[in-house]
Amino acid sequence: MEQHQVVVIGAGPGGYRAAFMAADLGMQVTLIDPQANPGGVCLYRGCIPTKALLHLAKVKEEAMKAGEWGLTFENPKIDREKVKAWKESVVKQLTGGLGQLTKARKINYIRGLASFVDSTTLMVKAEGRRAEGQEGKVEEISIKGKEESTLIGFENLIIATGAVPIKLPFIKEFTDRIMNAEIALELKSIPKRLLVLGGGYIGMESATIYKALGSEVSLVEALPNIMYTMDQELVGIYLKQNKSLFADAWFETKVVALEEIQEKVVATLKSVDRDIEKKEFDAVLVSVGMRPNTGGLELEKAGVEVDQRGFIKTDEQGRTNVKNIFAIGDVSGGMLLAHKASYQGRIAAEVIAGQKSAFDARAIPAVVYTDPEIAVAGLSEQECQEKNISYRTVKFPWAASGRAVSMGEPVGLTKLIIEEGTERILGAGIVGRNAGDLISEAVLGIEMAARASDMALTIHPHPTVSETLMEAAELYYGHPVHIAPPKKRL
Amino acid sequence: MKQEIKLPEIADNVVSGFLARILVKVGDVIEKDQSIIEIETDKAATDIPAPIGGKIVDIRVHAGDEIRVGQTIMVVENDVRDVTDVKEVKGVKGVTEGKDVKVVMDAKSEAPHDLTSSRPHVLTPAYLVPASPSVRRFARELGLDINRVKGTGPGGRISNDDVKAHAKEVIQSPKSTQFAGYAEVPDFSKWGPVDYQPMSRIRTITAESTVNSWQTIPQVVQFDKADITEVEKFRLMSKTAVEKAGGKLTMTAILLKLSAMALRQFPKFNASVDMKNKQIVYKNYINIGIAVDTELGLLVPVVQDVDKKSLTELSVEINGIAERARNRKLTSEEMQGGNFTISNLGGIGGTSFTPIVYPNQVAILGVSKSGIEPVYRDGEFVPRTMLPLSLSYDHRLIDGADGARFLVWMCKVLEQPFLTWL
Repeated sequence: MEQHQVVVIGAGPGGYRAAFMAADLGMQVTLIDPQANPGGVCLYRGCIPTKALLHLAKVKEEAMKAGEWGLTFENPKIDREKVKAWKESVVKQLTGGLGQLTKARKINYIRGLASFVDSTTLMVKAEGRRAEGQEGKVEEISIKGKEESTLIGFENLIIATGAVPIKLPFIKEFTDRIMNAEIALELKSIPKRLLVLGGGYIGMESATIYKALGSEVSLVEALPNIMYTMDQELVGIYLKQNKSLFADAWFETKVVALEEIQEKVVATLKSVDRDIEKKEFDAVLVSVGMRPNTGGLELEKAGVEVDQRGFIKTDEQGRTNVKNIFAIGDVSGGMLLAHKASYQGRIAAEVIAGQKSAFDARAIPAVVYTDPEIAVAGLSEQECQEKNISYRTVKFPWAASGRAVSMGEPVGLTKLIIEEGTERILGAGIVGRNAGDLISEAVLGIEMAARASDMALTIHPHPTVSETLMEAAELYYGHPVHIAPPKKRL
Repeated sequence: MKQEIKLPEIADNVVSGFLARILVKVGDVIEKDQSIIEIETDKAATDIPAPIGGKIVDIRVHAGDEIRVGQTIMVVENDVRDVTDVKEVKGVKGVTEGKDVKVVMDAKSEAPHDLTSSRPHVLTPAYLVPASPSVRRFARELGLDINRVKGTGPGGRISNDDVKAHAKEVIQSPKSTQFAGYAEVPDFSKWGPVDYQPMSRIRTITAESTVNSWQTIPQVVQFDKADITEVEKFRLMSKTAVEKAGGKLTMTAILLKLSAMALRQFPKFNASVDMKNKQIVYKNYINIGIAVDTELGLLVPVVQDVDKKSLTELSVEINGIAERARNRKLTSEEMQGGNFTISNLGGIGGTSFTPIVYPNQVAILGVSKSGIEPVYRDGEFVPRTMLPLSLSYDHRLIDGADGARFLVWMCKVLEQPFLTWL
């Protein structure tokens, strides 16, 4: 049996980061994934293709809006096949690039599926059925001439198999009409009437894409509002801009049945205060959450423990209860975000290399790529209250930003949460164009334990929307430039 | 309802302890006052009783963790809401986390403790420590807890230099509990099955203090044998009288008394070396430590003012101390301030050994097993009870001749106790 120094299962953003880091630290690395190249859900069926399509949605929206500024375009024609091909070219370019980087690092890339035999041995099926991805729907992977299973031994292993969409109990399997987000990204058709089930960030981004492609989108959400766990002030500003996004929206409502009848889907809605209603759609997108992708891994054979929801339990170094086995990213729970997985991957690789690393991030930014974008980082006001931290929130409206107005994006808000006394920046929230790119400055500030004055005394380029961060920080001291100073605090 | 059990105050000036053992597990139904965990601080170990009863639904700590006073240990669920046991503490900052936090305290305690005011050393919660990622990493690499580093920057921000300064402090501190730079051990599982067990607090302290002593004190060992035939007779004769007083007249008690006399005779052995200020500290009191072998490991309680106590008093005191040591009831104060130490392994056996001088002391007396030996006396061999003694001493202060004189004096007095009357 072949012995491997470090094995990584799953080549998503967490897995490939871990593999690359381990290789760069001089270890021999084996990376196992069913796809031809690294990338995982993020590159193949998640972040990247979504953002490509959201970019199209954005361009269309801008073009339509330009009429108000004296630049009128004809109604755009949408060539679904061409859009699809462009999206796929983006995916191919990026995953291909990762494939080359894998080779350049002399990482042993095995295309296959792995399962545990014990805590030092894996069974790798070079040809197999994919357990991840479209749940309940198995996908054949053909690999030329290789059909056998091989046993490989490992010294250290990192599980990075990610998460898969939750399927509601009344859904037998996802289809082209009852879709999960991954199927929705395949753009097999543009349904006339689309029901989005779940108003979290995946539901909102998918709704934005399909609305731009011409669908009439409706929403069912079990909670009282969309993105209910996000800062609701930011969400409120987003909603002001998107009053007409949904044809219909039902809150505090659940879907209790979905039936496919003659190319239509009939959804049964049940809300707290209304009777049961039946509504007809051409397709339904289910985005109600994710569960850990551990099916087929046979964790119990290695003795790896999971929590009640099935996520693998780890310590701050990413180590599971089995000393030589680590788990990172979505499969280990917490916030299911690619950038968190990637950071954890780096830490796990360093720990295996003998470094004293640990995951101690102070701020994990979260971005919703809607139009406008919403981004948050660090502590929220609610968390500060729960932790009994005395804080003050300062908010700078984008209507006072020259850049925002000149881009035709005057609706936006930048807010900072600052600890009283130390004047440290503990949290930030931004709604507005490219909020996701802007938030990084605040993340660095939080990590560096920057004070509001550090941000206020840093020269920001003019005119940019990044100035809104500086102005918000100035507000803490009562002397912002582009809005009237608040009354003096005693 | 669910209630959190937090680490109560253990002793004065103790802000944290190491979790030696968890005595319960998730799912257990516990009763109020049942011991739930065992905490080790400096050198004492205590069981922590549950302030409330109920079913354990979550345990938030692991064996080997350092736990701060006020930190949540576990969560229990119970039907009865015992209002007297649960007191809400408002305005507690930095110690409590999460929603609906209640500080659960012993119902017997008179008032809720305000953790902010009575605990000046409450650590900043990890997510608030004002240090950049690279500084945090640097501290971790040195094996230091960033929470303990004092920041000198604006808003208390911790710089790389602050971490270095803290490292220096830790290394120079005699009570150092953090060491950096230990070498990795090989992976022994390559050669056969192994088990891993975290080092107990006592083991760690013993390891660190012996290394400290070994590295800083140039030690010489002097051996001798004392004829204790007469002393042994006296011991057996006086046994009952001491027993009546509640003590046990042992060789250790006798040696303790004699050592105090020797220390008066040879004050250098009661001194300490202060290299930093190039001075010798002579102490005008005689406190002697006694090494006690316990299940937890080696403990060295200190008997104070030995010279002012009678042999009977000392016998009673040793009895009490040894019992408290074995029942883990010694306080850290009882283990501080020793000038000299006696380590008696005679009860176990052995002909001689070389004890290690305690840090900040200059000598230690090792006692091995006594036996009857032929001694050539007045032209013939006579059977005498002989006691092997070894004296390790710090050559920085004590020269070979001093060491020999000290031990010879001890032996002579053991042979003829009346000599001390002269």
